Amino acid sequence: MNYSCNWYELKCNECGKRFGNQPLSACPDCLAPLEVAYDLEAVRGTFTREKIEAGPANIWRYAALLPIPEGRQPDLPVGFTPLVRAKNLGRRIGANNLYIKNDAVCFPTLSFKDRVVAVALANAQAFGFETVGCSSTGNLANSVAAQSARLGLKACILVPADLEPAKILNTLVYGARLVRIDGNYDHVNRLCTQIADEYNWGFVNVNLRPYYAEGSKSVGYEIAEQLGWRLPDNVVVPMAGGSLVRKIRKAFNELIYLGLVEAKPVRFFGAQATGCSPISVAVKTGADDIEPQRPNTIARSLAIGNPADGPAAAKMIRDSGGWAEDVSDVEIVSGIQELAETEGIFTETAGGVTTAVTARLYADGRILPDQITVTCITGNGLKTTDALTGRYQQDRAVRPRLADFDAYLRELDGVAEPELTAAGAN
Amino acid sequence: MSIKVTLPTAFTRHTDGRKQFDSAALNLPGLLADIDQTFPALSTQIKDDEGKLRRFINIYVNDEDIRFLGGETYAFQDGDEVMLIPSIAGGC
Repeated sequence: MNYSCNWYELKCNECGKRFGNQPLSACPDCLAPLEVAYDLEAVRGTFTREKIEAGPANIWRYAALLPIPEGRQPDLPVGFTPLVRAKNLGRRIGANNLYIKNDAVCFPTLSFKDRVVAVALANAQAFGFETVGCSSTGNLANSVAAQSARLGLKACILVPADLEPAKILNTLVYGARLVRIDGNYDHVNRLCTQIADEYNWGFVNVNLRPYYAEGSKSVGYEIAEQLGWRLPDNVVVPMAGGSLVRKIRKAFNELIYLGLVEAKPVRFFGAQATGCSPISVAVKTGADDIEPQRPNTIARSLAIGNPADGPAAAKMIRDSGGWAEDVSDVEIVSGIQELAETEGIFTETAGGVTTAVTARLYADGRILPDQITVTCITGNGLKTTDALTGRYQQDRAVRPRLADFDAYLRELDGVAEPELTAAGAN
Repeated sequence: MSIKVTLPTAFTRHTDGRKQFDSAALNLPGLLADIDQTFPALSTQIKDDEGKLRRFINIYVNDEDIRFLGGETYAFQDGDEVMLIPSIAGGC
């Protein structure tokens, strides 16, 4: 299978200038973030539903719409995660047509970051980088470490020092160099822009960012295909930097342009933690600019106080007729538990944010019960178990005897011991 | 009083390759006026058509975003290290 898209290059959406393909994230003239532009006409008529469905069950079935360099044949089966109907959660929150896009089980490192890293590293190799890196709130660190190990690239990963222990372990195990920075994500990110300026390294979310971010589009393609080649009415998306929500929309627009789905208005809803909610605040107040915040939330994977794509994300959400909400840390934990108890999906804190925000959007009447709504779960709960510390007690061990087990259950249920009757008695 | 200003490499084509310079500016508007005088080409790059700093640039004083310090009203202290960095962010 030929994975290469016919043609793509970097373009500045502010001033319109084009820059070919190079490790460059901001327009040298107006400093706006660069995007990847495609020649969609070149794949019209050849990139069909049938061809996509005959492709591999991973993001590479959409390779024609991803920036994969000529000659690169990525083979890691990333993405194509389940889209599950959430009837139980729906009953609880008043939703009749709710679906969960479950990237908690994305391969290989259990978050949607596997998608963006797969695309970024294909480009890192094409540009000749021997060392790759990232600034990360955890999931990205895991994915860069794992995928670079497989590709034989060296990895240097920078994270905030207070990151969850599981996310640190899940980076170190792949042999990556991990540097804990005494600061929050915004400090780490700023340092990475300086390092990328001085070192000849491919930072997936700095100088490779335009390519990296395109990998997020695969979430949108999959939602449309898994809904039977139709678009939902609403999508609820967690927001940190504000990139994913825009890329899902870009994916939908590309599918419409190519005639693969019928055009329809889709409303986008952003989810943040109240302890770090600069984009949500901008949506609610109608502000054009983002007022940076100092993050203070257990949802560390969303804790970006100064999101670069924030202004564009806020505008896009408002233009779509959507909304943004933010929830407290207590609600985040409840969201994690509610999703696990109703749908059997254990998500991390970011997914608790998305679940709790989804519930509130229904409660507030911003999403109507019968509308087709997809809520995006982007990470796995096994990475943030500390958020649930103290929520569940480990009871005493029971002796391996049936009578002890019976007594134990009665004790748990608060039921009195029954009167003894002889076995087999009438 | 003097502050040390650091620029990203992308800006140095407008400063004859200089990544650092000292300024006696008292605050952010003063620094931008200083850049107007010393590096007019850089001034054009970092400001929009209305003469305002482009929203894609972040300014840090020592380790802090200047917006947390009061923005344009913040009075530079002697020895402050001021950095101009294009806003780039990871996350979803």
